[in-house]
Amino acid sequence: MAARAATTPPKAEKHLAISGADIAIQTLVNHGVDTVFAYPGGASIPLHQSLTRFRDRVRVILPRHEQGGGFAAQGYARSTGKLGVCMATSGPGATNLITPIADAKLDSIPLLAITGQVGTPVIGTDAFQETPIVEVARSVTKHHYLVTDVADVARVVREAIHVATTGRPGPVLIDLPKNVQLAETVPDYDAPMQLPGYRLNTRVASPDEIDALASLIRGARRPVIYAGGGVIAADAAEELRELVRKTGIPVAMTLMGLGVYPADEALSLDLLGMHGSVYANQAVHEADLLIALGVRFDDRVTGKVPEFAKRATIVHVEIDPSEINKVKEADLAINANVKEVLKQLNTIVKPPEDLAEWHRQIAAWKQADPFHYKAEFGGILPQYAIDELWRLTRDRDTIIATGVGQHQMWSAQFYKLRKPRRWLSSGGLGTMGFGLPAALGAKAAHPDALVIDIDGDGSLLMNVQEMATCHCEKLPVKVLLLNNMHLGMVVQWEDRFHQANRAHTYLGSIDDPEALGRGDGITPQVRYPDFVAVARGFQWQARSVAKKDELIDGLREMIESPAPFLLDVQVPYQEHVLPMIPAGMTVNELIKE
Amino acid sequence: MRHVLSALVHNVPGVLSHIAGMLASRGYNIESLAVGETEDAQLSRMTFVVVGDDRVLEQVRKQLEKVVTVVQVDDISSQDHVERDLMLLKVAAPPGKRSEVRELIEIFRGRIVDVAPEMVMIEISGQERKIEAFIEMMRPFGIIELARTGRIAMVRGQKTIGQESKPAPK
Repeated sequence: MAARAATTPPKAEKHLAISGADIAIQTLVNHGVDTVFAYPGGASIPLHQSLTRFRDRVRVILPRHEQGGGFAAQGYARSTGKLGVCMATSGPGATNLITPIADAKLDSIPLLAITGQVGTPVIGTDAFQETPIVEVARSVTKHHYLVTDVADVARVVREAIHVATTGRPGPVLIDLPKNVQLAETVPDYDAPMQLPGYRLNTRVASPDEIDALASLIRGARRPVIYAGGGVIAADAAEELRELVRKTGIPVAMTLMGLGVYPADEALSLDLLGMHGSVYANQAVHEADLLIALGVRFDDRVTGKVPEFAKRATIVHVEIDPSEINKVKEADLAINANVKEVLKQLNTIVKPPEDLAEWHRQIAAWKQADPFHYKAEFGGILPQYAIDELWRLTRDRDTIIATGVGQHQMWSAQFYKLRKPRRWLSSGGLGTMGFGLPAALGAKAAHPDALVIDIDGDGSLLMNVQEMATCHCEKLPVKVLLLNNMHLGMVVQWEDRFHQANRAHTYLGSIDDPEALGRGDGITPQVRYPDFVAVARGFQWQARSVAKKDELIDGLREMIESPAPFLLDVQVPYQEHVLPMIPAGMTVNELIKE
Repeated sequence: MRHVLSALVHNVPGVLSHIAGMLASRGYNIESLAVGETEDAQLSRMTFVVVGDDRVLEQVRKQLEKVVTVVQVDDISSQDHVERDLMLLKVAAPPGKRSEVRELIEIFRGRIVDVAPEMVMIEISGQERKIEAFIEMMRPFGIIELARTGRIAMVRGQKTIGQESKPAPK
C-alpha cells in the first residue's frame, strides 16, 4: 500500500468534525485507493455523496449489478496486485456482493467490500433492506466489521485495508450503518490499529530450512516445481524464474499460478491437475522431489490425495500455516513468504547433479502428448479460436479474463501466458459470470492493455448487464464468445458419466429437440439469444462468425476496434476438454481421447 | 484423543458466533465450549474440548489462530493443568429421601443452594468424571433439571496463557 499522503480533510481545516462517510473515503484515499466499483442505494447514499467530493482522486465506476461490481474490483486487484474496492447498499445490495467475496476468499484476492447498513437504532428490527450482512459473510471473509461508532471509522478502514492486503490476502467486509456515515467527528487517521489477534507472518525461513531445501534439490534426479497463486500474490515470479535458470527444474502451474513461468519455455509443464497437461501430471507422478510453492493441494490438482506425487519428497513453502499438512503431509514445510524463501534459496542453490535424463524424459512426454485439437475440423473449434487469438495477440500486453467451464480450461491450455497478473479466472469458487466484470475492472486499471474476456454463452449471460458498464464508463474490453448454446462442461460430464442424458444443459428453447439431447448432433442452426443484437443494444460493436475462414478476420476486427467488441463465435458443443483425470482419480486413469 | 484448547479472543461482538461457525463449517467435533471474560476487559477466554487425532487438532488450532479476533491458542492438555465443570441440578428430594441426598452431596463436596418442599437445587463443580459420577448417583432420585457450564481450564504454576501477547496499553 502506498504511504499515506499528506491530505487535508474535505472541509479544509484540520480539527474540524466531518462525517463518517467522508472519513471512510478519505482513509481509502490516504491508502492509495484510486478506483471504487460502487452501486448506490438508500443506506449508502452518504458514501456516494462523499465520493463526489473526491472526484479528482477517486474514479467511481458504476456497475449494473453489485455482483458485477465485486468481480470488477477483483479484476482490478488481480491485474495490479493492489486492493480492489467495491461498495453496495444494505440488504440486497450487500447480499449480491457475497459471491464475489466468497470468490476472493478462495482465490486469496485483496478485496475490500463496504456496505451500507440501516441505522443502528433499527438494526435487528427487520427494517427495510436490512440483512445482518456481517453474520452472512463471516465464513467467506478474512475479516469483517460492523461499525457502530463514527469514532471507529478511520481505524476500522485502515485495519481492513491492512488485513486484506497483508499475509495471505483476502476479502474484508465493512458494514457501515447510515447514521454512522452521517454522524460527525474529528477524524484521527493515525489511531492505532486494534488487531491483537492478527498474526502477520513475517517469519523468515531459517538457514537450516534453506540448506535442507538446497540439499534436496542437489540430490534430486526428477524434481518438479508445483507453483500456484501464492507465488503471484508474493510477487515472486522473477525469483521463481531465477531458481529455474539456476537449477533447470521444470515448472507445473495451477490455474491460479498461470503466467508465473512463461508457457512457451521448454521447462514449462503448463497446467497441472484435472485438465492439466499429460506431461505435467506424469512429471508429478514420477517426481522424486516436489517443490510446492504458494499452493494448497486443491482437489482439482491432486485427484486422489494418497496417490498424488506418491514417489516424491514433498517440500511445501506457504505463508498460511493452516495450509501446511492440511491435505498432504509435507516432508519439509517452510512456513514463510515464498518470495523471501526463493531469494534466500537462490543465493546458495546448486543444480541437481544430472538432470539430462529427466529433461529428455520431459521433452519426450511433451512431444508425445501436447495439448491438441483436430486442426482439420471443418468448423471452428473453441480450442482453435483460442489458439488463433493467442497468435494474434502474443506480442501485445494482453490480459485474459474467463468465465467458468470448458472455455476456461481451453483458455488455460491454449493461451500461452508469459507474465503473471495477465490471467483473471475464478479458480477456487468457479463462478460463472466472472469474466466480463473482471475484464472491465482490469481495463480500468490498465487502459492501454488489450483486455479480452474469453467467455462461454452460459457464463456471459450471468453478468451480461456489465456490457452497459463497459459502454458508459468508456472501458473498451473485448469478448471472445465461444458460443455452443450449451453448458459445455456439464454436457461433458453427462457424456462421460451419465450416458449423455441431457439434463437442463441446453440453453435454447425447450421446444427444441436438442433440449432433450435429440437434436441432429450438429451445431444448432437457430441461435438463441442473438448475442450480436444484445451487444448492439448496449451500443457495443459486434460480429458473429460461423465459418472457419472468417475467424481470423473476425478476431482482427475485434482486436483492432477502439470500442467494446463482442465476437460471437459459433462452435460445436460436442468437444470435450482433454486430457481429463476424473475427480478423485489418478494419472493412471487419465483420459486422452 | 481428547484435547483441551484454551483460546484468548478479542472481546468484540460476534466473536463467539464466528468461531462456532468456523468449527461447524469445517466439521470439527467439539465436545464442550465455554466462554467468559478474563482479567483483561479486552479479552475473553474460550475453552474447547476437541476430540480428534493429532492432525485434526493441528488443523483446529491453526484454523482458530487464523481467525483475526483470536489472540492466542494453547493446547493445555499436554501440560499440568486444572479442569473444572460447574453444574446446577434440581433433584427430587421428598422429606423421607432428603438426608440420603444430603449425604451424597457431602461426599461429592457439592452444596445445596435452594430448597423446596419436594426438591433441592445442588451446585457442584469438579472434573468431568466426578460430575458424571454424581449425575449417576442422583438419577435414581429423579433429576428434574440440569445445567452445565462446559469445561474451563488453567495451567498450574506461574505460567499464564497469553501473557506475552496481550495488546500493548495505549
